[in-house]
Amino acid sequence: MSDSRAAILGRILQALGHAARADAPDVLQRVNGHARGPQPQWAEADRERFLAKLAKAAGTHATIASHAGIVHAVTDYLAAQYLPQRVCVAPHPLLADIVWPEGWQVESRRARGDDRIGFAVAFCGIAETGSLMLLSGPESPTSLNFLPDDFLCLLPEDRIVPRMEDAWALLRAERGSLPRATNIITGPSRTADVEQTIQLGAHGPRRLHVLLMESAAQA
Amino acid sequence: MKPTSHAFSDNARRALNDATLQQALAKAGVGFVDKRRAALSELPEFDALREAGRAIKDHTLANLDHYLLRFEQQLVTSGGQLHWADTPDEACAAVLDICRKAGARMVAKGKSMVGEEIAVNDALEAAGLEVVETDLGEYIIQVAHEPPSHIIAPAVHKTRAQIARLFEDLHHQPGLTRPLETVPQIVDEARQVLREKFLAADVGITGANFLIAETGSTVIVTNEGNGDLSATLPRVHIVLASIEKVVPNLEDASVLLRLLARSATGQEITSYTTFFTGPRRRADADGPEQFHVVLVDNGRSRMLGGAFHEMLRCIRCGACLNHCPVYSAVGGHAYGWVYPGPMGAVLTPLMVGLDEGRPLPNASTLCGRCEEVCPMSIPLPKLLRELRRQEFARGLHPPRSRWALAAWAFFARRPQLYRWATRLGTRLLNRLSGGRGRFRSLPFAQAWTTARDLPAPQGDTFMAQWQRRKQP
Repeated sequence: MSDSRAAILGRILQALGHAARADAPDVLQRVNGHARGPQPQWAEADRERFLAKLAKAAGTHATIASHAGIVHAVTDYLAAQYLPQRVCVAPHPLLADIVWPEGWQVESRRARGDDRIGFAVAFCGIAETGSLMLLSGPESPTSLNFLPDDFLCLLPEDRIVPRMEDAWALLRAERGSLPRATNIITGPSRTADVEQTIQLGAHGPRRLHVLLMESAAQA
Repeated sequence: MKPTSHAFSDNARRALNDATLQQALAKAGVGFVDKRRAALSELPEFDALREAGRAIKDHTLANLDHYLLRFEQQLVTSGGQLHWADTPDEACAAVLDICRKAGARMVAKGKSMVGEEIAVNDALEAAGLEVVETDLGEYIIQVAHEPPSHIIAPAVHKTRAQIARLFEDLHHQPGLTRPLETVPQIVDEARQVLREKFLAADVGITGANFLIAETGSTVIVTNEGNGDLSATLPRVHIVLASIEKVVPNLEDASVLLRLLARSATGQEITSYTTFFTGPRRRADADGPEQFHVVLVDNGRSRMLGGAFHEMLRCIRCGACLNHCPVYSAVGGHAYGWVYPGPMGAVLTPLMVGLDEGRPLPNASTLCGRCEEVCPMSIPLPKLLRELRRQEFARGLHPPRSRWALAAWAFFARRPQLYRWATRLGTRLLNRLSGGRGRFRSLPFAQAWTTARDLPAPQGDTFMAQWQRRKQP
């Protein structure tokens, strides 16, 4: 394979006429400059934009005043969808101290093939497209975002950023580097592979429900 | 797959006479075009983004070696492994080697056009592995034993009834039938069948829409979530990517993502846009233990800096297919290889050879709609014309068209004779038409007259009229 590497790079060198280095100063400057392209603009507040775009992508939401409202919001959602009270919850600090109702089956782990409901916490929300950004890690197993039929996601309101570029800035500031998987999720899973007809719930979640938390303060 | 591009004329004739295919194509074309138009009308910044996107690609291609090396360095730093592959054979060998070392038996595959290009499924199956396509469209054509007919909607040529019959035959035991008619029933059926495959697979293979030099990440966009399941659940994740997919940083990818989804499906963003960076980390609860990127050249470095350099800007959105009058009439299979439509008519001759792909650059009216809608402003008609030029220079035209052109050139270089001949021809044809102004049939022109009338020349030649009108 190293022969192929030399052959490919050799042809590129010949075509472009310069000697390649991964740490050439202008390459580093371009890569680390993080210059933004044209930024789409909108008139409404970021929160309104986020919710409008989420709804457009067939996502739903409930607003909760604080951390104390989580159980109530989840209960309402399960009742409205006629779902069993069996939830797979991400091992996230924001979800750790919740006292779930008596009789509920709540497990904190990665998802399995037969999990019906998953519940995780978004790293941030992106107003431009109504998207959630989730970062894989011990607190956020990626399988939870994709395997369960219903995906519930907690998003503190002050974590809504305007655009994808703002999410990258936040990620660099808070985490330094990218996790194994950075998922930008916009609405539930869908397909149009049968006669161009949009059908939700292809392989990933059939429904996506955001719990928008107005105050980040934990009770 | 063995290309049949040389037989485009026969392929196209068959496609035009296939009533079911025509029904499917009629349904698909308008949908894509309308959705894209609606999405663009909601984003006044689209043209500015298009300019910026083109500049990003131009800059990256002009420094491609730098960015590939930076990507390699960052990928290795994050624990991933890079495999350079000059040819499809080398790429398949690399994938096979990874699967063997992992003791793999089943592979779950997300959609990858590079995978189609290198025919990785054939290689894996020949080595005794089970390969399951997990994108619904790809799954449909895999079980139908057909190649994709569109780069983003591989089963766009299939009707609902055909898919239902296919699933019925494949999944259902006698006496154990679930209803299978509506779109939700078909999608649900595939969801149930494929869910078991995701959970059982040892290796997941996905494509890559972009590679990020800054972080060593690979990016995929999907709507179904199948790519993410393929990349998350199996022990090993292999990414198939080609060298022109690299961009400098996350901000650059953000510009291109805004262009890609709108141009492809008319969405502002797909349901899932995922950046993979290395294998599972020490404390992670899930994710693959190994992360491999197979970086395929397959003729691309030879396009760099040459007449087809601009084709390397392509982000595989499919807009040129959706807006092409030829593609819309004959569908993707007529093109006879992996990439159809205008972008395929450029790429196929470059990848499988001009001898094989010769008819494709000629199967175009050069109407220019493809260039108009291309988010990367690739001058596709110019590139098609260049292929025609090369074809002629290499003497690959069929003898009949060579003789006809030689005859025309003989006259065209002798203006007096040319005028005399056209005058004679005009009068002759006018007389032959018997004053009806059109021909229902004409010797040597049946190809035209079987489907429509040929208009007969009316009055004088252009040159004669020009001479007359110049007089005061």
